[in-house]
Amino acid sequence: MDFGFTTAAYVVAAILFILSLGGLSGQESAKRAVWYGIAGMALAVAATLIGPGSGLWILSLVLILAGGAIGYQLATKVQMTQMPELVAAMHSLVGLAAVFVGFNAHFELGNVMAMDEAAKKAAEGFAALLAKKDSVEISILRVEVFLGIFIGAVTFTGSVIAYGKLAGKVDTAAKKLPGGHMLNAAAAALSLLCLVWYFNTGGFLPLFVMTLAALFIGYHLIMGIGGADMPVVVSMLNSYSGWAAAAIGFSLGNDLLIVVGALVGSSGAILSYIMCKAMNRSFVSVILGGFGGPAGEQMAVEGEQIAIDSDGVATALNEADSIIIIPGYGMAVAQAQSAVAELTRKLRAKGKNVRFAIHPVAGRLPGHMNVLLAEAKVPYDIVLEMDEINEDFPSTDVAIVIGSNDIVNPAAQDDPNSPIAGMPVLECWKAKQVFVSKRGQGTGYSGIENPLFFKDNTRMFYGDAKKSLDELLPKID
Amino acid sequence: MPSWGDNVKIGTPKETFEGEARVAMTPESALQLQKLGYECLIETGAGSSAGFSDAVYEAAGVTVIKTAAALWKEADIVAKVRQPDTTEAKRLREGQTLISFFNPAGNEAGMEAAKKSGANVIAMEMVPRISRAQKMDALSSMANIAGYRAVIEAGNNFGRFFTGQVTAAGKVPPAKVLVVGAGVAGLAAIGTATSLGAITYAFDVRPEVAEQIESMGAQFVFLEFDASELPDGAETGGYAAPSTPEFQAKQLAKFRELAPEIDIVITTALIPNRPAPVLWTKDMVEAMKPGSVIIDLAAERGGNCELTEMDKKIVTDNGVTIVGYTDFSSRMAAQSSTLYGNNIRHMMADLTPGKDGVVNHNMEDDVIRGATVTFDHEITYPPPPPKVKAIAVQKPKAAVKELTAEEKRAKEVAAFKAQTRNQVTLLTIGGALLLGVGLVAPASFMQHFIVFVLAVFVGFQVIWGVAHSLHTPLMAVTNAISSIIILGAVMQIGSGSYLVILLSALAVFMAGINIFGGFLVTRRMLAMFQKS
Repeated sequence: MDFGFTTAAYVVAAILFILSLGGLSGQESAKRAVWYGIAGMALAVAATLIGPGSGLWILSLVLILAGGAIGYQLATKVQMTQMPELVAAMHSLVGLAAVFVGFNAHFELGNVMAMDEAAKKAAEGFAALLAKKDSVEISILRVEVFLGIFIGAVTFTGSVIAYGKLAGKVDTAAKKLPGGHMLNAAAAALSLLCLVWYFNTGGFLPLFVMTLAALFIGYHLIMGIGGADMPVVVSMLNSYSGWAAAAIGFSLGNDLLIVVGALVGSSGAILSYIMCKAMNRSFVSVILGGFGGPAGEQMAVEGEQIAIDSDGVATALNEADSIIIIPGYGMAVAQAQSAVAELTRKLRAKGKNVRFAIHPVAGRLPGHMNVLLAEAKVPYDIVLEMDEINEDFPSTDVAIVIGSNDIVNPAAQDDPNSPIAGMPVLECWKAKQVFVSKRGQGTGYSGIENPLFFKDNTRMFYGDAKKSLDELLPKID
Repeated sequence: MPSWGDNVKIGTPKETFEGEARVAMTPESALQLQKLGYECLIETGAGSSAGFSDAVYEAAGVTVIKTAAALWKEADIVAKVRQPDTTEAKRLREGQTLISFFNPAGNEAGMEAAKKSGANVIAMEMVPRISRAQKMDALSSMANIAGYRAVIEAGNNFGRFFTGQVTAAGKVPPAKVLVVGAGVAGLAAIGTATSLGAITYAFDVRPEVAEQIESMGAQFVFLEFDASELPDGAETGGYAAPSTPEFQAKQLAKFRELAPEIDIVITTALIPNRPAPVLWTKDMVEAMKPGSVIIDLAAERGGNCELTEMDKKIVTDNGVTIVGYTDFSSRMAAQSSTLYGNNIRHMMADLTPGKDGVVNHNMEDDVIRGATVTFDHEITYPPPPPKVKAIAVQKPKAAVKELTAEEKRAKEVAAFKAQTRNQVTLLTIGGALLLGVGLVAPASFMQHFIVFVLAVFVGFQVIWGVAHSLHTPLMAVTNAISSIIILGAVMQIGSGSYLVILLSALAVFMAGINIFGGFLVTRRMLAMFQKS
């Protein structure tokens, strides 16, 4: 088969990928969209295997299948609550793969440059492509390879750290080495120097030094971002992995890589932007490290947190007509989503109006709560976004906050000096009664005191969310 | 419950005001007060008009006292409904606490008397309107009852159904009710009228309550204004300020237009210690159909209707009934006593933080400070503004609704122009950059670069449409398809160098994990989304 067929297959695959992303605009069309994505990927890989990548194709196939087996295991075993970790871990694979492919391109370039004219003519596959390049093109190629490796390396360590933070293996608090941003800047400057160096010499050493610097940047950048900002980080890394693929696509002269990389890159960028907007934070300030210090004296919180037991909550729920549940990361941690779903089912069976209010940054991944609730078979038409439901709180009898904190913090509206001032929040305190299911009296990820817990109409339902709900369920009749 | 003699005692006398049927303590609230550590006293017969006999009080552990004089003497805290009359004021003594409606703004003499006697007076109408104090907001609980009762009185005097019916004996049109003033009483009236089946309209000078009115099931009567001069009626305390002359003229014109078709008018526009504004003039009454009813909840202050006579029900020459009662809540004494008793009980709970039967009259507390009008030989009225703002500052948003068609058109055009300008600027800059790159870069690079730019553009267009709830699946899908990097590795794996083969083999392997993992996880997630 010649390259004409491959190109045609690539065009079809690119269209399939675009349809796949576009199909995610609705729940029903999304189910079809995944198949488009799968078909596109299968077509792309198959076309490459029989076209430009036919060398050692058996090895490729075996490796893909082996990797696929592991991927299958991971995908079927993972708990829905661990989804953020899984996504972060997989990003790191893409990042590392990009680094390797970039290195290969460098080595091949070296090999080809060393060949004489005859050998160049005889070269096959990727080498043949390189052999045709003139000196300007080779310079550009070097820049592309360099960028691909740089972004890939940042993505790799960044994702590994993000994975560690999400899985609880690395401390979630924002941490920086002494020197802070200066270290990042120095590493970036070093990388830039290496670029000039590599551009002129084409040696391996600058590439290697830059890789180390980029690995450090990825590590240090993500270490400096707190747990509450993880949704932004994950989508940002998603974006990076796309740009890395695009850069590699340039160096390999492969249009499909460029197209898909650009799609993924812009998708991640938009997601990050949406997340940041939901938190009223500028993207730069999130990336450059956490919350920063408060601008002035924060309002002191007066009053006390009043506890309530499951009997009290059950009585209130039995009497209520309209209930809004606000899930957060705590629900995911306690694996309480099915208990929440069961509670919803019971209350709805009694004719009560039960709805869910989802804050755009609830959880550790964009849309995290929607996925968990869907897993627990909560119908998606009662799961509403912040803007859809915020006005309904004043006419609601009971609001139940399950494991969320910052997204229901009234200080965001009341206290201009609060670090989260101006962030849109769910105004659950306007409901007649608020129950907060929470493990203890501690603060949330952002470490900010929450005046909601001290309000007169708030009662604290202490304990692990799942245990509390399991205790509550038999009392709802 | 036995009396311990030295316990702090709360006593409630029989109301002396003519026709007042309410009582400030119910057997139920007495039980709660005893839980706070107080001993409860009641004057004999105090609750009889509200349906609570002495026996019921005794059963709840309340000591029944024979005379008012003995009760005032015995009680350390006196809780009552109406402001004390002159005899009662004389009975106040040093260190005694009185909790009742007091009307401090119009009761100089009463405050002077209390100051002289050394009694501490808590005026229930002075409870600040902040959310923490809602449980003791007696004005609201009384207004709620008055609003309900107003509709019931109207129904009593109205010769037809509220709800429209089609019966074998003929068709009955539904009653049309207009509620003027959407405070607590107005909202309660709206709720009652709609639940009886009437078509309900409501008006208020504060456009921001339109939402509350609509939530109760009534239609908000909007005034059409040419200029966006709608006064911002919300002030501290949630009362309407007197409006501008233009506004008033507009509002009267609107009422005049509505009058012939309205069956029942309930007016609730009342500002404390000011004459009630006249909103329903003589000519409006004359324009109404015979058999219509006007319930004037502002009769105490002269009435919102020009023809209202205080405490009387009159029928005009054209057959319109105008009810000017001032005792709507007293007419439902059992209900209003229960709620008022609870308000008092909550006030006592705030005064007794230790639940130990000892009053801690904490003048630092916003609510207690605000409600206290005399304390320790001092008049403490008016109180300083509460530290907590009553209501979150209202954002003016009413003006948006009032745009005329031309303004809307102009706005759309402007928005369209701005958008066009933005897009053209972006396109120009983008195009210039692209051309700049094209000048220096070789054609082979440009070919790929164009593809790249187009793909970014398509990506931006497509991703904005993705539903918020599907962001996690989106991440998983993009993650899966970002393993397209596998193509690069597959292309390189056929190379001669072993190092390259090794690295690309690893890359193929990892990307393989990603492809399968990413797609499968996405499928798993999406399969879970289901409709109810």
